[in-house]
Amino acid sequence: MKNFSGKALFLDRSDINTDEIIPAKYLTEISRKALKPYLLEDIKLDGFDKKDVEGKSVIITRANFGCGSSREHAPWALEGNGINLVIAESFARIFRQNMYNCGMMAVELSAQAIEHLFNDFAGKETFVETDLEKNRFILQDDEHKQEIPFEIFEFDRALVEAGGWVEYADLRY
Amino acid sequence: MGKTIAEKIFDSHFVDNPFGDIHVIRLDAVFCHEITTPGAINDLIDRGKDRVFDSARIKAVIDHVTPAKDTKTAMQGKVLREWALRHNIHDFFDIGRNGVCHAIFPEKGFVLPGYTLIMGDSHTCTHGAFGAFAAGVGTTDLEVGILKGVCAFHYPVTMKLNITGRMPEGVCAKDVILSIIGRLGVNGATNKVIEFAGPVVDKMSMEARMTCCNMAVEAGGTCGICCPDMTTVEYLWEFIKGEYATKEEALEEFNRFSPDPDAVYEDVIDHDISELEPQVTFGYKPDQVKPVKEMEGIKVDQVYIGSCTNGRIEDLRVAAEVLNGEKISDSVRGIVSPATPKVFSQAMEEGILKIFMDAGFCVTNPTCGACLGMSNGVLAEGEVCASTTNRNFNGRMGKGGMVHLMSPATAAATAIAGHITNSRLYKED
Ligand code: SF4
Repeated sequence: MKNFSGKALFLDRSDINTDEIIPAKYLTEISRKALKPYLLEDIKLDGFDKKDVEGKSVIITRANFGCGSSREHAPWALEGNGINLVIAESFARIFRQNMYNCGMMAVELSAQAIEHLFNDFAGKETFVETDLEKNRFILQDDEHKQEIPFEIFEFDRALVEAGGWVEYADLRY
Repeated sequence: MGKTIAEKIFDSHFVDNPFGDIHVIRLDAVFCHEITTPGAINDLIDRGKDRVFDSARIKAVIDHVTPAKDTKTAMQGKVLREWALRHNIHDFFDIGRNGVCHAIFPEKGFVLPGYTLIMGDSHTCTHGAFGAFAAGVGTTDLEVGILKGVCAFHYPVTMKLNITGRMPEGVCAKDVILSIIGRLGVNGATNKVIEFAGPVVDKMSMEARMTCCNMAVEAGGTCGICCPDMTTVEYLWEFIKGEYATKEEALEEFNRFSPDPDAVYEDVIDHDISELEPQVTFGYKPDQVKPVKEMEGIKVDQVYIGSCTNGRIEDLRVAAEVLNGEKISDSVRGIVSPATPKVFSQAMEEGILKIFMDAGFCVTNPTCGACLGMSNGVLAEGEVCASTTNRNFNGRMGKGGMVHLMSPATAAATAIAGHITNSRLYKED
């Protein structure tokens, strides 16, 4: 199973598409690792600096994350940077499926819960701990600590536990 | 309750139902090309799982950029070539024997009615023309297909498109499918299987059916599908004659996959084409479609005839009929890419290549070429191409270029005129 805990990167915008996550010009790379430096290269977000990605393990963002092209390079580019968990108000369907297929997590929280997270933690050094047994995140910075419950489908959980669809299928079929 | 073709295929290939309406099905074939497969191969190697489920059921081709144009594309070919060798994949087609995947695999008899197959390519839906369930998938699904011969899908929901009326002269299968996409919209069939049926489809050749199924994905469809009939059997006969005493016997077997009379469709749409005129796209989305006469006069810099949509022998024949004895406009660069070596030789024997060359076309080797803007006819900024391909997305054939999708007949007429015009085969009354 991959690691789902670590420092959070807040991306305060809806509809961040896969071209912003990994530009099309890098699709000719035949190794996933080669995508690492290009994550979020073309994101349209005021104040975003590529250095913000360094050391982060979790993305917290708004609605419809991962829309646009169905490229699996988007989760790979995240994974290459050690980011295996995205928490958002909603996801584009294929992106969400690609994440679980790769043994990564795309967790939806209500708009209200996301708003709270942005209000309380954005702009500060925030650590997210994922507790898959109790289905909760524990978010923490210097001042607050908050527990946030989440839901996950059994099949998605099985994919996460197996380490993705390849490992799951290889075990079962 | 009756079943559709896709439902029958799913039920006969059932492996597991791990969650909700997700069905894991057994695959009869996994097709591979050099653009999307190397990523899957390298990941399998990284996972210590460099295996294949059945080397006889995996077919591979180098088709997108061939001959390689630079180090990166050479590397993609090399990864695929070495993998095919390592795993004894017999049906691997390298330069000289290669052609566009969705044209060469059916031509070799690799797709049979009732088959399930996947490929890391969105136009895999083409193979549904044979009454197969064929879907384009992402890298992880491709990896699992290669490794285990299974794939997971939502249980299929089918939309039936009854194509009725009589095909007007000079109107091609491409015009029919463009008009359908214009009607459904680019999301009109998202996550659905489109079953093409009705008297027009019954009369279509396999080539024409492939042209229709090829573009199912442009309306969002997972797969296009046609009910197998005698036309299907005739096309496949040379490959299956060892297994059946008569063609009727083969058809009876394939009819196991025909839709039941009381099959449940999510939607049934009647599409009458009696009044249909040649069609062309005008924007950056394949559903932005107009009759050619409304686009008449728009200048083009390049005409491209080829691809998995319209690079088959019938397509070349219809274009050659228009071009015969004519010269293309001085201001146009004409490129024709026969989709497979077989199409190439046939076109040579029939004198078609000579007609193209005499008209001023460049004839390339079989490849995807300009279709995806990687080689053999990339557009410069601001240039316009009349193309028989299937995608007019912004930048598809080169950054800043514009692609107008149309039939081979219209493309040929456009090449002669230097601007978009109705095919000369099409006579308005
Ligand atoms: S011809 Fe074009 S659409 Fe068809 S497989 Fe090749 S690149 Fe894709």
